[in-house]
Order: sequence, then C-alpha cells, then structure tokens
Amino acid sequence: MHGFSYARAADVHDAVREIAAVEGAKFIAGGTNLIDLMKENVERPRRLIDITHLPLAEIRALDGGGLRLGALVTNSDVAYDAGVMRRYPLLSKAILAGASAQLRNMASVGGNLMQRTRCYYFYDAATSCNKREPGAGCAAIDGFNRIHAILGWSDQCIATHPSDMCVALAALEATVRVAGPDGERAIPLAEFHRLPGDTPHIDTNLRSDEIITAVDLPAKGFADHHAYLKIRDRASYAFALVSVAAALEIAGGTITHARLALGGVAHKPWRNHEAEAMLRGRACTTEDFREVAEAMVRDAKGFEHNAFKIELAKRAIVRALTDAAA
Amino acid sequence: MPTASAPAETAASIPQPQPITLIVNGAQKQIEVAAWTTLLDALREQLGLTGTKKGCDHGQCGACTVLVNGKRINSCLTLAIMKDGAEVTTIEGLAEGDVLHALQRAFIDRDAFQCGYCTPGQICSAAGLIAEGHAGTPDEIRELMSGNICRCGAYPNIVAAIEQALEASAKGRR
Repeated sequence: MHGFSYARAADVHDAVREIAAVEGAKFIAGGTNLIDLMKENVERPRRLIDITHLPLAEIRALDGGGLRLGALVTNSDVAYDAGVMRRYPLLSKAILAGASAQLRNMASVGGNLMQRTRCYYFYDAATSCNKREPGAGCAAIDGFNRIHAILGWSDQCIATHPSDMCVALAALEATVRVAGPDGERAIPLAEFHRLPGDTPHIDTNLRSDEIITAVDLPAKGFADHHAYLKIRDRASYAFALVSVAAALEIAGGTITHARLALGGVAHKPWRNHEAEAMLRGRACTTEDFREVAEAMVRDAKGFEHNAFKIELAKRAIVRALTDAAA
Repeated sequence: MPTASAPAETAASIPQPQPITLIVNGAQKQIEVAAWTTLLDALREQLGLTGTKKGCDHGQCGACTVLVNGKRINSCLTLAIMKDGAEVTTIEGLAEGDVLHALQRAFIDRDAFQCGYCTPGQICSAAGLIAEGHAGTPDEIRELMSGNICRCGAYPNIVAAIEQALEASAKGRR
C-alpha cells in the first residue's frame, strides 16, 4: 500500500470540508473494497477520511411510509432488520446473496453503492484499463471477458457493477441522499451509477466533494411477490454472472405493477421500462414471461467468452418472474 | 490522533505512527500503528498473536477472521487505526485457561481440519455465526460459513463440528 494520512470526521459537515481540503482524499467506512484496491495499487488515496463515527447508522421510518437506511448501516444490519425483512424482503435477500458474512458485517450501505467493478483487468495494474487509467485501452474487450457486460457497454469499457444490493434498490426505485458543500440533494438510484461511455473512470454521478448520507426506500416494497435470483460460478460467495430482481403486484391473477432489474450484465443495475411495461395486464404464464425476457435483453451483445449470458439472462428472468408470481 | 481540522499542508504529509488502544482477548493493549497497518498485521506482528492467519490478504479466504466488538470481520481488510478502543477476540482468546471453547472441542471431536491453517478463522467465524443466530440447518451453516475457505476440503466435518457447537449452545441457553 502507498502511504497516506488519516483523519476522523466528526460530522457530515466536517467530512465534506475535509474531502475538499486534500486532493486525492477518499472517505473510508467498511473498507472492504477500498483497502483491497489499495493493496493492489489501483486506488492510491493521499488521505483517508474515516467516516465511521458519523451519525448515519440508523434505520428509521419516513413520513409517507418509506424507510431511510443510514449510509453507515452495515449490509448485515440492513439484511436482518425486522422492518426490511417484513416490508422489503427483496432487498434483504439480495444483500444476503452477496459477499460473505464477515464482509457484510463490515460493508456499509454507502460503500456498497460506491464499490468498484471486479473486472480482472481493472484490478491488474500490469494490463491496460481505461477505468484505471483513462486512455490506456481496454484489455477486457479482446481478453477473458466471461464476467463482463452484455448491455450498455462502450468500446472503452465492458465492466459490470458487482453489487447485489443495488439491483434490488433499482427495482425498488430507491433514492440516494447526498450532502455536499452546497447542501443536500437526492439522486434516484437509476441515475446514481453511470454507463461507461467515454468516461469509464467515472462510476457514479456523486460529485467528488459529496458524501452519501442515506438511501431512502419508497413505501411500495413488493413484499408479497418478489424474487432475487443470482446465477454464479459457485453456490455462495461469488459475484453474479447474471442476477434478477423481480417485483410484482398481482390482482386476480393479473399483473398490475411490475419491476425488473438485472445485475452482472452492465455497468449499472439494468432496467428496461418498455419490457417491464409489457408485464402489466398479463397473466403469469411462462409464455408471457419469456416474451418479456426477450424484450429485456433485445439490445444485448456479448463478447467471446460471455455471449452465454444473453440466454442465461432470459432464462433467469423467466425463473425469477415465475418465483415472484408464485 | 489527527483531527479532521488538521491544516492541509500537514494533512497531506505522511504521518508518524499513532498510538491506539485495543482490548485484545480482554486485555488492554497500547500500540503504535501506521495509518496503513491492518488489524491482521497489528495482531500478528506487534502483539505476537499469530493464531490469526494471513491467507489471501484480500478478504477472499477468511483465514484472518476475528471478532471485533462481537462481530466477525476480515482483519486483513480492517485498518487498525480505525478500531481504536475496540474489543478484539482472536483464536487465542476463546479458551478459558485449559478449558477449550465448545467450538475448539467440537473441531477436535469431529476431525474438522487437516493442515489447520484455516482453522482459527473457521472457529472465529463460527463463533460469530452462533452469536448472530441465523443458522440452524447444515445448509444455513454452509451458506453463512462461505466466507471461510478450506483448501484441504474438510467442509463436511467443519459443518458437523459447528452443528455440535450450535446444539451445545442451544442447550446452554435452555
């Protein structure tokens, strides 16, 4: 690891001031991804601002029926929170499908949003990567790209976002609350992460002088009909090749409201509103679900080693919708 | 401990080691750590507690698992300086004198290791798992122990040992 200085932020205001004071400073909470990347020399912050003492570790009810997850609540504490398990079981299941028990005990809500891709080439400083070093090229496009994107990629970057939690948050249409020098603002989850385009080194629309303070869940939790299906190379403790968050409302056998989000296939949790809209008014038959699955990945294009993900995604969508409807 | 209001010119310079206090296996320990010293390295190199193992050093194998304030974590991905004042329990802190912890006894009873390198992490992780209270069945044990890799492949016996300790723990509570 490169040397760095360390400071503890006392409150959100202090943290925001501190991050702006030193170029190359970074916030640290759970550290599960940042320290790993620092050991690989991929991240080289000059200063770490420890935010673990900020008062952002609460889960509390919001007016209007929603739930606010403080940015520092651990992934474990969200997943096992009684209110989350009862009202947002999709989120609980998605979190528990990710990482290991130890990592979930460390990792925070905000850090999960900010985690970086697990593209092998991003991690390997001996190879070229536009995300690590803008303009260097992308070794993944012609490399071993089994885990890479099939949707939304650019000719500069085909990395995927590795989070499970964020896939559920996308389906639930959560909102990310952030604070900066100009005060607070709210970013819809769908607009928080970016597609790579020509700037793959920028993962999110969080500005460099802002801090995540909370994630707000809307009242609608899809507790009755939901599924999180994660397909991976081993049964536990592996990143998704494809994951599906499915959330339905069903009345008299007919779908009245539907959300679908895919993980492991793009640089951000993937939604397709046209495909989702096709579910409304449908019965819950395999044929209906297959048609929606085809539409969901219609624009998908794979590479040498990951084209299998397109058919895998379709089948996973059908299975997740079937489970959610049951 | 530098505060967040330290002037920028000193903030950017590389700091000297800082004093911290850890309550390790019940005993208060004062050490000086660099900002980048992991809890794993502090335990092994500075406190001489080499029971906690460095496997991958990247949070993938679980050999470095310890309990911090009662929760199991990967000590290789934890900066010691961020745990100033915390209670840390390592494999060395589980037995009471010569009386083994129920998990240590169960790992011996069930022959739950071969080379033993992953075992301290397995046992600390299992202690965390039992305290969390989310595992009852072998399937749940397997899922919630997936952060601990055993390259000897002692998994069936590890699961059996944890089942034995879980049962003992449940009896103890009744």
